[in-house]
Amino acid sequence: MTGIIAQNVGRTSGLIKAASGGTSTGAWTLIKTLTASSSATLSFVDGASDVVLDSTYPIYVFKFINLHPSASASFTFNLSIDSGSNYNVTKTSSHFRAYHSEDDSGGVLAYDTGFDLAQSTAFQDVTGDSLGTDSDIGVSGTMSLFNPSSTTFVKHFQVNLNLAKGNTESKNSYTSGYGNTTSAVDAVQFKMDSGNIDSGKIKLYGLGDS
Amino acid sequence: MSGIIAQNTLDNSGLIKAPAGGGSWTFIKKLTASGDSNLTMVDGTADVVLDSTYKVYLFTFTNVHPSASPYARLEFNLSDDTGSTFAATKTTTCIRSEYNETGGTPLLDYHTGLDLAQSTSNQPLGSSLGSDSDQNTSGWLELYEPSSTTYVKHFMARVNETNYNDSIFDCLYGGYANTTSAIDGIKFQMASGNIDAGDFCLYGLTT
Repeated sequence: MTGIIAQNVGRTSGLIKAASGGTSTGAWTLIKTLTASSSATLSFVDGASDVVLDSTYPIYVFKFINLHPSASASFTFNLSIDSGSNYNVTKTSSHFRAYHSEDDSGGVLAYDTGFDLAQSTAFQDVTGDSLGTDSDIGVSGTMSLFNPSSTTFVKHFQVNLNLAKGNTESKNSYTSGYGNTTSAVDAVQFKMDSGNIDSGKIKLYGLGDS
Repeated sequence: MSGIIAQNTLDNSGLIKAPAGGGSWTFIKKLTASGDSNLTMVDGTADVVLDSTYKVYLFTFTNVHPSASPYARLEFNLSDDTGSTFAATKTTTCIRSEYNETGGTPLLDYHTGLDLAQSTSNQPLGSSLGSDSDQNTSGWLELYEPSSTTYVKHFMARVNETNYNDSIFDCLYGGYANTTSAIDGIKFQMASGNIDAGDFCLYGLTT
Protein backbone atom coordinates (compact mmCIF):
# COMPACT_ATOMS: atom_id res chain seq x y z
CA MET A 1 0.00 0.00 0.00
CA THR A 2 1.10 3.57 -0.53
CA GLY A 3 0.03 7.13 0.25
CA ILE A 4 -2.99 7.82 2.41
CA ILE A 5 -3.84 4.14 2.65
CA ALA A 6 -0.53 3.11 4.07
CA GLN A 7 -0.55 6.01 6.49
CA ASN A 8 -3.71 4.80 8.16
CA VAL A 9 -3.04 1.11 8.44
CA GLY A 10 -3.00 0.22 12.11
CA ARG A 11 -4.50 3.53 13.13
CA THR A 12 -7.92 4.26 14.52
CA SER A 13 -9.01 6.93 12.08
CA GLY A 14 -9.02 7.62 8.36
CA LEU A 15 -9.44 5.12 5.56
CA ILE A 16 -7.86 1.74 5.10
CA LYS A 17 -8.18 -0.82 2.38
CA ALA A 18 -10.64 -3.60 3.06
CA ALA A 19 -9.10 -7.04 3.40
CA SER A 20 -9.88 -9.69 0.84
CA GLY A 21 -11.59 -12.91 1.77
CA GLY A 22 -13.70 -11.70 4.68
CA THR A 23 -14.16 -8.90 7.15
CA SER A 24 -10.74 -8.42 8.61
CA THR A 25 -9.62 -6.66 11.74
CA GLY A 26 -5.92 -7.17 11.36
CA ALA A 27 -4.89 -10.81 11.51
CA TRP A 28 -8.38 -11.83 12.61
CA THR A 29 -10.92 -12.35 9.87
CA LEU A 30 -14.60 -12.58 10.67
CA ILE A 31 -15.85 -15.51 8.64
CA LYS A 32 -19.42 -16.04 9.74
CA THR A 33 -21.98 -14.93 12.30
CA LEU A 34 -24.90 -17.16 13.20
CA THR A 35 -27.74 -15.66 15.18
CA ALA A 36 -29.86 -18.05 17.19
CA SER A 37 -33.62 -17.81 17.02
CA SER A 38 -35.10 -20.79 18.80
CA SER A 39 -32.48 -22.86 17.00
CA ALA A 40 -32.13 -26.57 17.73
CA THR A 41 -28.58 -26.45 16.40
CA LEU A 42 -26.13 -23.95 14.96
CA SER A 43 -23.64 -25.46 12.54
CA PHE A 44 -20.57 -24.15 10.77
CA VAL A 45 -19.79 -26.33 7.76
CA ASP A 46 -16.87 -25.61 5.49
CA GLY A 47 -18.08 -24.57 2.07
CA ALA A 48 -21.66 -23.98 3.14
CA SER A 49 -23.19 -20.53 3.60
CA ASP A 50 -19.84 -18.76 3.17
CA VAL A 51 -18.23 -20.70 6.02
CA VAL A 52 -14.50 -21.33 5.75
CA LEU A 53 -13.19 -24.10 8.00
CA ASP A 54 -10.25 -25.56 6.16
CA SER A 55 -6.55 -24.95 5.68
CA THR A 56 -7.08 -21.26 5.00
CA TYR A 57 -6.38 -20.48 8.65
CA PRO A 58 -4.27 -22.42 11.18
CA ILE A 59 -6.40 -21.36 14.14
CA TYR A 60 -10.15 -20.79 14.26
CA VAL A 61 -11.90 -18.99 17.10
CA PHE A 62 -15.59 -19.08 17.95
CA LYS A 63 -17.02 -16.29 20.07
CA PHE A 64 -20.22 -17.03 21.98
CA ILE A 65 -22.25 -13.96 22.85
CA ASN A 66 -25.17 -14.18 25.24
CA LEU A 67 -26.50 -17.55 24.19
CA HIS A 68 -29.81 -17.99 25.95
CA PRO A 69 -31.51 -21.39 26.30
CA SER A 70 -35.19 -22.15 25.94
CA ALA A 71 -34.95 -24.56 28.87
CA SER A 72 -32.51 -25.23 31.64
CA ALA A 73 -29.75 -26.89 29.65
CA SER A 74 -26.04 -27.29 29.03
CA PHE A 75 -24.31 -25.83 26.00
CA THR A 76 -22.50 -28.44 23.92
CA PHE A 77 -20.55 -28.93 20.70
CA ASN A 78 -19.28 -31.67 18.45
CA LEU A 79 -17.02 -31.97 15.42
CA SER A 80 -17.53 -33.47 11.99
CA ILE A 81 -15.13 -34.98 9.47
CA ASP A 82 -17.76 -35.46 6.75
CA SER A 83 -19.03 -31.96 6.08
CA GLY A 84 -21.71 -32.13 8.72
CA SER A 85 -23.29 -35.45 7.83
CA ASN A 86 -22.26 -36.73 11.26
CA TYR A 87 -21.10 -34.93 14.39
CA ASN A 88 -19.40 -37.71 16.27
CA VAL A 89 -15.64 -37.25 16.39
CA THR A 90 -13.91 -39.19 19.15
CA LYS A 91 -12.71 -36.80 21.83
CA THR A 92 -10.70 -36.85 25.05
CA SER A 93 -11.10 -33.79 27.24
CA SER A 94 -10.81 -32.28 30.71
CA HIS A 95 -13.14 -29.86 32.42
CA PHE A 96 -12.73 -27.67 35.48
CA ARG A 97 -14.43 -24.61 36.76
CA ALA A 98 -14.65 -21.93 39.41
CA TYR A 99 -17.99 -20.83 40.76
CA HIS A 100 -19.36 -18.32 43.21
CA SER A 101 -22.97 -17.55 44.05
CA GLU A 102 -24.77 -14.27 44.42
CA ASP A 103 -25.33 -15.12 48.11
CA ASP A 104 -21.54 -15.41 48.53
CA SER A 105 -21.60 -19.21 48.83
CA GLY A 106 -19.31 -21.35 46.75
CA GLY A 107 -16.02 -19.75 45.92
CA VAL A 108 -14.79 -23.09 44.61
CA LEU A 109 -12.20 -24.18 42.08
CA ALA A 110 -12.47 -27.87 41.18
CA TYR A 111 -12.29 -30.45 38.43
CA ASP A 112 -15.74 -31.65 37.37
CA THR A 113 -15.69 -35.33 36.41
CA GLY A 114 -19.17 -35.27 34.95
CA PHE A 115 -18.21 -33.25 31.95
CA ASP A 116 -14.95 -34.63 30.66
CA LEU A 117 -14.71 -37.21 27.89
CA ALA A 118 -12.48 -40.28 27.43
CA GLN A 119 -12.49 -41.40 23.82
CA SER A 120 -16.15 -40.50 23.48
CA THR A 121 -18.09 -39.46 20.42
CA ALA A 122 -20.71 -37.69 22.56
CA PHE A 123 -21.23 -33.96 22.39
CA GLN A 124 -18.80 -32.07 24.62
CA ASP A 125 -20.56 -30.22 27.43
CA VAL A 126 -18.70 -26.93 27.78
CA THR A 127 -20.82 -25.29 30.47
CA GLY A 128 -20.67 -28.28 32.81
CA ASP A 129 -24.05 -27.47 34.22
CA SER A 130 -27.42 -26.18 33.20
CA LEU A 131 -27.85 -22.57 32.32
CA GLY A 132 -30.61 -20.64 33.99
CA THR A 133 -33.58 -19.47 31.98
CA ASP A 134 -34.21 -16.05 33.49
CA SER A 135 -34.46 -13.52 30.72
CA ASP A 136 -31.13 -11.94 31.64
CA ILE A 137 -29.20 -15.23 31.73
CA GLY A 138 -26.82 -16.43 29.02
CA VAL A 139 -23.43 -17.88 28.31
CA SER A 140 -20.54 -16.08 26.67
CA GLY A 141 -16.98 -17.02 25.92
CA THR A 142 -14.44 -18.33 23.47
CA MET A 143 -13.47 -21.60 21.82
CA SER A 144 -10.24 -22.06 19.87
CA LEU A 145 -9.76 -24.89 17.38
CA PHE A 146 -6.21 -25.57 16.21
CA ASN A 147 -5.46 -26.58 12.63
CA PRO A 148 -8.67 -28.53 11.96
CA SER A 149 -7.60 -29.37 8.42
CA SER A 150 -4.54 -31.35 9.50
CA THR A 151 -4.39 -34.91 8.26
CA THR A 152 -1.41 -35.64 10.52
CA PHE A 153 -2.27 -34.44 14.01
CA VAL A 154 -5.10 -34.71 16.51
CA LYS A 155 -7.26 -31.57 16.74
CA HIS A 156 -6.80 -29.57 19.92
CA PHE A 157 -9.54 -27.30 21.25
CA GLN A 158 -9.71 -24.90 24.20
CA VAL A 159 -12.91 -23.43 25.61
CA ASN A 160 -13.36 -20.78 28.30
CA LEU A 161 -16.87 -19.64 29.15
CA ASN A 162 -18.67 -17.67 31.78
CA LEU A 163 -22.25 -18.54 32.53
CA ALA A 164 -24.94 -18.21 35.10
CA LYS A 165 -25.62 -21.64 36.53
CA GLY A 166 -29.20 -21.85 37.62
CA ASN A 167 -30.02 -18.20 37.86
CA THR A 168 -27.80 -17.09 40.72
CA GLU A 169 -24.30 -18.44 40.32
CA SER A 170 -21.41 -17.20 38.25
CA LYS A 171 -19.42 -20.05 36.77
CA ASN A 172 -16.17 -19.80 34.86
CA SER A 173 -15.51 -23.04 33.00
CA TYR A 174 -12.40 -24.35 31.28
CA THR A 175 -12.70 -27.24 28.84
CA SER A 176 -9.77 -28.54 26.89
CA GLY A 177 -9.22 -31.56 24.72
CA TYR A 178 -8.64 -32.99 21.31
CA GLY A 179 -10.55 -34.61 18.53
CA ASN A 180 -8.61 -37.86 18.32
CA THR A 181 -8.61 -38.11 14.57
CA THR A 182 -6.15 -37.49 11.78
CA SER A 183 -9.00 -36.81 9.38
CA ALA A 184 -9.65 -33.17 8.61
CA VAL A 185 -12.37 -31.62 10.75
CA ASP A 186 -14.57 -29.54 8.48
CA ALA A 187 -17.62 -28.70 10.57
CA VAL A 188 -18.64 -27.79 14.10
CA GLN A 189 -22.13 -27.99 15.56
CA PHE A 190 -23.39 -26.28 18.71
CA LYS A 191 -26.58 -27.05 20.59
CA MET A 192 -28.19 -27.16 24.02
CA ASP A 193 -28.49 -30.64 25.47
CA SER A 194 -32.20 -30.06 25.75
CA GLY A 195 -34.45 -27.48 24.17
CA ASN A 196 -33.24 -24.80 21.81
CA ILE A 197 -30.86 -21.89 21.68
CA ASP A 198 -33.42 -19.14 21.97
CA SER A 199 -31.13 -16.26 21.16
CA GLY A 200 -27.55 -15.12 20.96
CA LYS A 201 -24.77 -15.07 18.43
CA ILE A 202 -21.86 -17.32 17.53
CA LYS A 203 -19.13 -15.68 15.50
CA LEU A 204 -16.40 -17.59 13.68
CA TYR A 205 -13.00 -16.00 13.11
CA GLY A 206 -9.87 -17.19 11.35
CA LEU A 207 -6.43 -16.16 12.56
CA GLY A 208 -4.16 -15.57 9.60
CA ASP A 209 -0.52 -16.54 9.53
CA SER A 210 0.77 -14.49 6.65
CA MET B 1 -21.47 5.91 7.84
CA SER B 2 -22.61 6.97 4.41
CA GLY B 3 -21.51 7.00 0.77
CA ILE B 4 -18.47 5.06 -0.32
CA ILE B 5 -17.61 4.07 3.24
CA ALA B 6 -20.95 2.46 3.89
CA GLN B 7 -20.88 0.71 0.54
CA ASN B 8 -17.65 -1.06 1.34
CA THR B 9 -18.19 -1.95 4.95
CA LEU B 10 -18.24 -5.74 5.20
CA ASP B 11 -17.15 -6.01 1.58
CA ASN B 12 -13.83 -7.49 0.60
CA SER B 13 -12.60 -4.64 -1.51
CA GLY B 14 -12.39 -0.86 -1.68
CA LEU B 15 -11.89 1.48 1.24
CA ILE B 16 -13.33 1.23 4.71
CA LYS B 17 -13.04 3.41 7.75
CA ALA B 18 -10.39 2.35 10.24
CA PRO B 19 -11.97 0.81 13.35
CA ALA B 20 -12.51 3.26 16.19
CA GLY B 21 -10.57 2.39 19.28
CA GLY B 22 -8.11 0.19 17.44
CA GLY B 23 -7.48 -3.18 19.00
CA SER B 24 -6.68 -5.27 15.97
CA TRP B 25 -3.99 -7.93 15.80
CA THR B 26 -1.25 -7.55 13.23
CA PHE B 27 0.56 -10.58 11.92
CA ILE B 28 4.32 -10.14 12.28
CA LYS B 29 6.17 -13.40 11.77
CA LYS B 30 5.77 -17.14 11.22
CA LEU B 31 8.43 -19.77 11.87
CA THR B 32 7.95 -23.37 10.82
CA ALA B 33 10.00 -25.97 12.64
CA SER B 34 11.82 -28.72 10.78
CA GLY B 35 14.11 -30.62 13.10
CA ASP B 36 15.24 -27.42 14.81
CA SER B 37 17.03 -27.37 18.16
CA ASN B 38 15.32 -24.05 18.84
CA LEU B 39 13.37 -21.27 17.17
CA THR B 40 13.98 -17.64 18.04
CA MET B 41 12.25 -14.38 17.33
CA VAL B 42 14.49 -11.38 17.95
CA ASP B 43 13.50 -7.78 17.45
CA GLY B 44 15.02 -6.33 14.32
CA THR B 45 16.01 -9.70 12.91
CA ALA B 46 14.30 -11.40 9.97
CA ASP B 47 11.41 -8.92 10.00
CA VAL B 48 10.57 -9.57 13.64
CA VAL B 49 9.10 -6.67 15.59
CA LEU B 50 9.27 -7.07 19.37
CA ASP B 51 9.58 -3.57 20.73
CA SER B 52 7.39 -0.60 21.69
CA THR B 53 5.45 -0.77 18.42
CA TYR B 54 2.85 -2.92 20.20
CA LYS B 55 1.83 -3.09 23.84
CA VAL B 56 0.76 -6.72 23.71
CA TYR B 57 2.29 -9.54 21.70
CA LEU B 58 0.66 -12.89 20.99
CA PHE B 59 2.59 -16.02 20.13
CA THR B 60 0.65 -18.99 18.81
CA PHE B 61 2.10 -22.46 18.41
CA THR B 62 0.30 -25.10 16.42
CA ASN B 63 1.00 -28.81 16.05
CA VAL B 64 4.40 -28.73 17.71
CA HIS B 65 5.86 -32.22 17.43
CA PRO B 66 9.03 -33.44 19.19
CA SER B 67 11.83 -35.62 17.93
CA ALA B 68 12.24 -37.31 21.32
CA SER B 69 9.89 -38.64 23.94
CA PRO B 70 8.88 -38.95 26.66
CA TYR B 71 9.31 -35.73 28.61
CA ALA B 72 10.15 -33.64 25.58
CA ARG B 73 7.95 -30.75 26.55
CA LEU B 74 7.95 -27.39 24.80
CA GLU B 75 9.68 -24.56 26.69
CA PHE B 76 10.47 -20.89 26.19
CA ASN B 77 12.79 -18.22 27.51
CA LEU B 78 13.22 -14.47 27.04
CA SER B 79 16.15 -12.27 26.14
CA ASP B 80 16.98 -8.69 27.05
CA ASP B 81 20.15 -8.52 24.93
CA THR B 82 18.82 -9.07 21.43
CA GLY B 83 19.15 -12.81 21.58
CA SER B 84 22.72 -13.12 22.84
CA THR B 85 21.37 -14.93 25.88
CA PHE B 86 17.93 -16.25 26.73
CA ALA B 87 17.96 -16.29 30.51
CA ALA B 88 15.47 -13.83 31.93
CA THR B 89 14.73 -14.29 35.63
CA LYS B 90 11.15 -15.48 35.92
CA THR B 91 8.56 -16.25 38.59
CA THR B 92 5.55 -18.21 37.36
CA THR B 93 2.53 -20.34 38.24
CA CYS B 94 1.01 -23.37 36.56
CA ILE B 95 -2.51 -24.77 36.84
CA ARG B 96 -2.81 -28.23 35.32
CA SER B 97 -5.91 -30.19 34.28
CA GLU B 98 -5.47 -33.70 32.89
CA TYR B 99 -7.64 -36.59 31.78
CA ASN B 100 -6.68 -39.84 30.10
CA GLU B 101 -8.13 -41.52 27.03
CA THR B 102 -8.85 -44.58 29.18
CA GLY B 103 -10.75 -42.56 31.77
CA GLY B 104 -9.67 -43.04 35.34
CA THR B 105 -9.00 -40.31 37.85
CA PRO B 106 -8.61 -36.82 36.42
CA LEU B 107 -6.29 -34.20 37.82
CA LEU B 108 -6.68 -30.55 38.59
CA ASP B 109 -3.95 -28.99 40.63
CA TYR B 110 -1.27 -26.45 40.99
CA HIS B 111 1.72 -28.13 39.34
CA THR B 112 4.81 -27.37 41.37
CA GLY B 113 7.05 -29.03 38.83
CA LEU B 114 6.22 -26.58 36.09
CA ASP B 115 6.51 -23.25 37.88
CA LEU B 116 9.59 -21.09 38.44
CA ALA B 117 10.75 -18.95 41.35
CA GLN B 118 13.30 -16.35 40.35
CA SER B 119 14.80 -18.78 37.90
CA THR B 120 16.59 -18.15 34.64
CA SER B 121 15.64 -21.64 33.40
CA ASN B 122 13.32 -22.16 30.48
CA GLN B 123 9.62 -21.92 31.33
CA PRO B 124 7.81 -25.16 30.45
CA LEU B 125 4.84 -25.01 28.10
CA GLY B 126 3.55 -28.49 28.82
CA SER B 127 4.82 -31.49 30.72
CA SER B 128 5.66 -34.65 28.79
CA LEU B 129 4.64 -34.46 25.16
CA GLY B 130 4.13 -37.75 23.38
CA SER B 131 5.91 -38.46 20.13
CA ASP B 132 3.29 -40.54 18.35
CA SER B 133 2.94 -39.16 14.87
CA ASP B 134 -0.39 -37.47 15.66
CA GLN B 135 0.58 -36.09 19.08
CA ASN B 136 1.41 -32.42 19.46
CA THR B 137 1.30 -29.28 21.55
CA SER B 138 -0.85 -26.32 20.54
CA GLY B 139 -1.64 -23.11 22.36
CA TRP B 140 -0.81 -19.46 22.84
CA LEU B 141 1.34 -17.12 24.88
CA GLU B 142 0.67 -13.42 25.49
CA LEU B 143 3.50 -11.09 26.47
CA TYR B 144 2.64 -7.68 27.86
CA GLU B 145 4.65 -4.56 27.02
CA PRO B 146 8.04 -6.24 26.62
CA SER B 147 9.66 -2.90 25.82
CA SER B 148 8.89 -1.37 29.20
CA THR B 149 11.90 -0.18 31.16
CA THR B 150 9.74 0.48 34.21
CA TYR B 151 7.77 -2.68 34.83
CA VAL B 152 8.34 -6.42 35.06
CA LYS B 153 7.11 -8.28 31.97
CA HIS B 154 3.94 -10.25 32.52
CA PHE B 155 2.96 -13.20 30.37
CA MET B 156 0.12 -15.71 30.28
CA ALA B 157 -0.25 -18.91 28.32
CA ARG B 158 -2.71 -21.71 27.77
CA VAL B 159 -1.32 -24.92 26.34
CA ASN B 160 -2.90 -28.15 25.11
CA GLU B 161 -0.56 -31.12 25.13
CA THR B 162 -1.22 -34.71 24.11
CA ASN B 163 0.71 -36.26 26.94
CA TYR B 164 2.94 -39.31 26.30
CA ASN B 165 0.52 -41.38 28.40
CA ASP B 166 -2.35 -40.52 26.02
CA SER B 167 -4.06 -37.86 28.08
CA ILE B 168 -5.13 -34.30 27.46
CA PHE B 169 -2.90 -31.99 29.44
CA ASP B 170 -4.34 -28.48 29.76
CA CYS B 171 -1.96 -25.97 31.36
CA LEU B 172 -2.62 -22.37 32.28
CA TYR B 173 0.51 -20.39 33.01
CA GLY B 174 1.02 -16.93 34.40
CA GLY B 175 4.19 -15.18 35.35
CA TYR B 176 6.58 -12.36 34.85
CA ALA B 177 10.12 -11.78 33.82
CA ASN B 178 11.50 -9.95 36.79
CA THR B 179 13.41 -7.33 34.91
CA THR B 180 12.99 -3.68 34.04
CA SER B 181 15.17 -4.14 30.99
CA ALA B 182 13.33 -4.32 27.69
CA ILE B 183 12.66 -7.83 26.46
CA ASP B 184 13.53 -8.08 22.78
CA GLY B 185 13.80 -11.77 22.04
CA ILE B 186 12.12 -15.10 22.69
CA LYS B 187 13.30 -18.66 22.18
CA PHE B 188 11.26 -21.84 21.91
CA GLN B 189 12.80 -25.28 22.25
CA MET B 190 12.07 -28.76 23.52
CA ALA B 191 13.37 -29.86 26.91
CA SER B 192 15.23 -32.59 25.02
CA GLY B 193 15.70 -33.30 21.35
CA ASN B 194 14.49 -31.11 18.53
CA ILE B 195 11.27 -29.55 17.35
CA ASP B 196 10.45 -31.84 14.47
CA ALA B 197 7.46 -29.85 13.24
CA GLY B 198 5.15 -27.03 14.21
CA ASP B 199 4.26 -23.45 13.36
CA PHE B 200 5.04 -20.50 15.61
CA CYS B 201 3.39 -17.17 14.82
CA LEU B 202 3.87 -13.72 16.32
CA TYR B 203 1.19 -11.00 16.36
CA GLY B 204 1.10 -7.50 17.78
CA LEU B 205 -1.97 -5.85 19.23
CA THR B 206 -2.63 -2.36 18.01
CA THR B 207 -4.00 -0.29 20.87
